Amino acid sequence: MQEFEPKIITFLCNWCTYGAADLAGVSRFQYPANMRIIRLPCSGRVSPKMVLSAFRNGADGVWISGCHPGDCHYITGNYYARRKFTLLKEMLEHTGLEPGRIQFSWISSAEGVKFADVARTVISEVKALGPAKGMAKEFIMSQEVA
Amino acid sequence: MADVALKIREIARELLDSEKVDVVIGFKKGTLPVMSEPTIIRKASDTKDLIWDATCRLNLCNYLTGRKDRIGIIAKGCDARNIVGHIVENKIKRDQLVIIGVPCTGMADKKVLSDLAGGEVTAYSEAGDQITVSGPAGEKTVSKADVLQSNCCTCIKRNPVIFDEMAGEPVEELSPDNRFADVEAIASMDAAAKWGYFEELLSGCTRCYACKNACPLCYCPTCFVDESRPQWVGKGTDPIDIRTYHFLRAYHCAGRCTDCGACEAACPMDIKMRAFTRKSIKDCVDNYGWETGMKEGVRPPLDTFKTDDPEAFIR
Ligand code: SF4
Ligand code: SF4
Ligand code: SF4
Repeated sequence: MQEFEPKIITFLCNWCTYGAADLAGVSRFQYPANMRIIRLPCSGRVSPKMVLSAFRNGADGVWISGCHPGDCHYITGNYYARRKFTLLKEMLEHTGLEPGRIQFSWISSAEGVKFADVARTVISEVKALGPAKGMAKEFIMSQEVA
Repeated sequence: MADVALKIREIARELLDSEKVDVVIGFKKGTLPVMSEPTIIRKASDTKDLIWDATCRLNLCNYLTGRKDRIGIIAKGCDARNIVGHIVENKIKRDQLVIIGVPCTGMADKKVLSDLAGGEVTAYSEAGDQITVSGPAGEKTVSKADVLQSNCCTCIKRNPVIFDEMAGEPVEELSPDNRFADVEAIASMDAAAKWGYFEELLSGCTRCYACKNACPLCYCPTCFVDESRPQWVGKGTDPIDIRTYHFLRAYHCAGRCTDCGACEAACPMDIKMRAFTRKSIKDCVDNYGWETGMKEGVRPPLDTFKTDDPEAFIR
């Protein structure tokens, strides 16, 4: 049997963590290719709707990363985001999401090494949990006509 | 509670007669014995329809949103906290309102009453703190304290926080031993058991949206459930869609929900969906020391921040 490779939807803010991903790339830091990166202007842009959508469409994990507190390009976006993330993570796990499937980090655009490190950690934790059962909706893709 | 009703009528009549308000929002008798019905009264002569008893479960703040006229409104403890929230969120102006506060001793759970009556309740009456219901199982009399809605057992503000008139004597506030025992019970389960708990909880949901329509916080012109590009949640009763609906609705109420219980009281399937909202109420207390609607002029927790907010979970 083939080894399970999780799909991880990753929301990165344009100014810090996306820069870090870029830096990790040009510096040739290795990390597994399980990430599907979505670039957003700010971690404050992440809506719980997007996170649930990711799971609903079959993500095994979601990772959200932005600038360190105090470094937000929009000054305060990540401070607001932090409160949203606290309540979001708590409520997701309250309703049965396994801890580890949703992950958060602050990574600046200078921290290419930290990016690759956290990526490896997130991937291995989600991998250990196995496929996200029950989270994804079974969409009706096509119907056979008799 | 009969004298409270008389007092409400008297205040409402006076307000309409003296043209201090254009309408009074209150409760009248419903078409079923265990239900009351929200009503908007415009004529002093109609104030005789106003009632007050343990079936006044809905939250009248729901009917304030965006009104332009001058309004008299009956408010129990939790409703008054929602009115504070409405003022903060610019959904109504304080000077449009004459708030008729009612110190509240709790509402009777409609499911508990129908269980007691052995099916559909055919008659309901109150005398002092005794409630009498009739149904297939005959006539039963219980004390109200034994049939309270669960939110009323953990209420933190039975006396309205804001009011202009008061329709009764202040009541003693509760001091529940552990206000969040229900949330903690879920916290002690493992992930699979939690998942199963909510699956079971929501299994009867028909997506009628009565819970959303009864909630004063759900005033969005277009709810996310009706957005189609992108479509965040499907329309049917697929379990994942039902869960997505309840999760996001509860999340939208985070830091704003007063635990008034109107959502549960409105549910025709008796689904206890406060299992979602209660979690964020607790999280707001634990993380931000926040209780909704207790003070005018304070921004809700998701609309503000502190530079040293907790963040142990962030790498
Ligand atoms: S569920 Fe959310 S989007 Fe829908 S009306 Fe309520 S608050 Fe608005
Ligand atoms: S979510 Fe339910 S308990 Fe909370 S304010 Fe709305 S109706 Fe009341
Ligand atoms: S009122 Fe009850 S049945 Fe209707 S959508 Fe809400 S939980 Fe589901």
